[in-house]
Amino acid sequence: MDTMRERFISVTSRLLDEDPRLALVLAEISMDGFRPAQRRHPDRVVNVGIREQLLVGVGGGMALTGLRPVMHTFASFLVERPFEQVKLDFGHQGTGGVLVSASASYDWPAGGFTHMAPGDIALLDTLDGWTVHVPGHPDEAEALLRHAYAAGDDKVYVRLSEQSNAAPRPVDGPRLRTVREGRAGVVVAVGPLLDNVLAATEGLDLTVLYAATVRPFDDAALRQAVGRSVPAVVLVEPYLAGTSAAAAGAALADVPHRVLGLGVGRAELRRYGTVREHTAAHGLDPYGLRERITAFLLPAGAVG
Amino acid sequence: MTQATADTGLRHEDLGRLIALMTGAEKHGPAATSTLDVLWVLYDRVLRVTPGTAEDAGRDRFLLSKGHGPMAYYAVLAAKGFFPVEWLSGFGSYDSPLGHHPDRTLVPGVEIGSGSLGHGLPLAVGSALGLRAQGLDEPAVWVLIGDAELDEGSNHEALAYAGSAGLERLHTVVIDNDSATHGWPGGIASRFEASGWSAVTVDGRDHAALWAAFTAPHPGRPHVVVARVEKK
Repeated sequence: MDTMRERFISVTSRLLDEDPRLALVLAEISMDGFRPAQRRHPDRVVNVGIREQLLVGVGGGMALTGLRPVMHTFASFLVERPFEQVKLDFGHQGTGGVLVSASASYDWPAGGFTHMAPGDIALLDTLDGWTVHVPGHPDEAEALLRHAYAAGDDKVYVRLSEQSNAAPRPVDGPRLRTVREGRAGVVVAVGPLLDNVLAATEGLDLTVLYAATVRPFDDAALRQAVGRSVPAVVLVEPYLAGTSAAAAGAALADVPHRVLGLGVGRAELRRYGTVREHTAAHGLDPYGLRERITAFLLPAGAVG
Repeated sequence: MTQATADTGLRHEDLGRLIALMTGAEKHGPAATSTLDVLWVLYDRVLRVTPGTAEDAGRDRFLLSKGHGPMAYYAVLAAKGFFPVEWLSGFGSYDSPLGHHPDRTLVPGVEIGSGSLGHGLPLAVGSALGLRAQGLDEPAVWVLIGDAELDEGSNHEALAYAGSAGLERLHTVVIDNDSATHGWPGGIASRFEASGWSAVTVDGRDHAALWAAFTAPHPGRPHVVVARVEKK
């Protein structure tokens, strides 16, 4: 199976052939993969060099002329470093585009904290109108990328990861999908953490919802799930812990409720190593998740 | 939908009066006027854009990057009929579309919202690339920046790339009123020339010299005009 980033290259290269409105802006990252596409479309595949402010600014300028720009590099250099360009060169200008990141959260632990951006989605949450896709499988990434490219002048962020669930789920819009139903609480699993959540909640009387699109947040589905269970929700997100806690709280504003946000911790681990080790260190492996989910949703004695 | 397309009959000598509608005094600050002659020559004699063509794909684009002190810009746009002169007196008020930094979604003829320095040149590079990618080889893209604005690193990302890419339809005007604290030893033009731009430095108050600099041929290269004006 190819990775999400490899799928991004193949799908985008194909769509550049089909959609004359689509343009790709790169800052060296993934350039080798796009070389054939650049040969076919030298004016619509632009590599600006290692210049991330320019990466986003150029995309913003292309959008002003009516193109649908796709901007790509690692998450830390796409959202964090040129954040003001994201804020002003799209939102303030009233234009749209697609940001496609790679190297999410701790995808490259040996690379250290300079190449980690667990705060990407929390940062975008400070801005208005960004759709945020967090695919959990390369097939989902392809479907969501196609959707993002065709989404008019919407502002869309697609967060690609090296991490993946074993099998894809249908992704047909910004919906929370019910994977399991239970009566003792609701767990929302986001993107590539679904498999760990399913393993962690095996045999427990819990509802599991799956989200590959987190903005807009599916308020109605969460309210419905809580109505069929109890108003206690655990969010399990592969980026900064608690990122969607405000969205879940707003969705449940009319219901007395409890929310626990699990995800990547705010503190730097200052460790290298493997993805598996970092997943465990952040308590996002099945063992760590089960411990915290049962403590919150299933008080002692209730675990059957 | 443009507000007005008719020739207002207003001329360069009327601009001081129009600026006074915003500042409330005939005497206005140098930040407002450092750009005045450059803007007038561009809109009067160089840019192929009118209120009637302000939405056309084939229009020339002028991006005001140095968005602070936009009174001269508003005065020129009003004089050229992009919006009614009556708007000027509301400058900066809650119900006015004319803020102390321009907003493209509020003002006809304004191509970008600006104010935060260092965004215009990258947006202009993207505009030039976007037009070229759509086979629109005729429209020129112009961006106006200040010599102190050039401090922002984003400009250097943009000018290095634009020179290397040979963006012939890209034009930059640098208003040089010597306001950069650390200056530009060797001259502003040399920064652009070293990156492959065509460059001319002229008196920013001399209309004939400005026109000649704006219309100088620069095949295969982007073009910068450094317009020197009195020190701030």
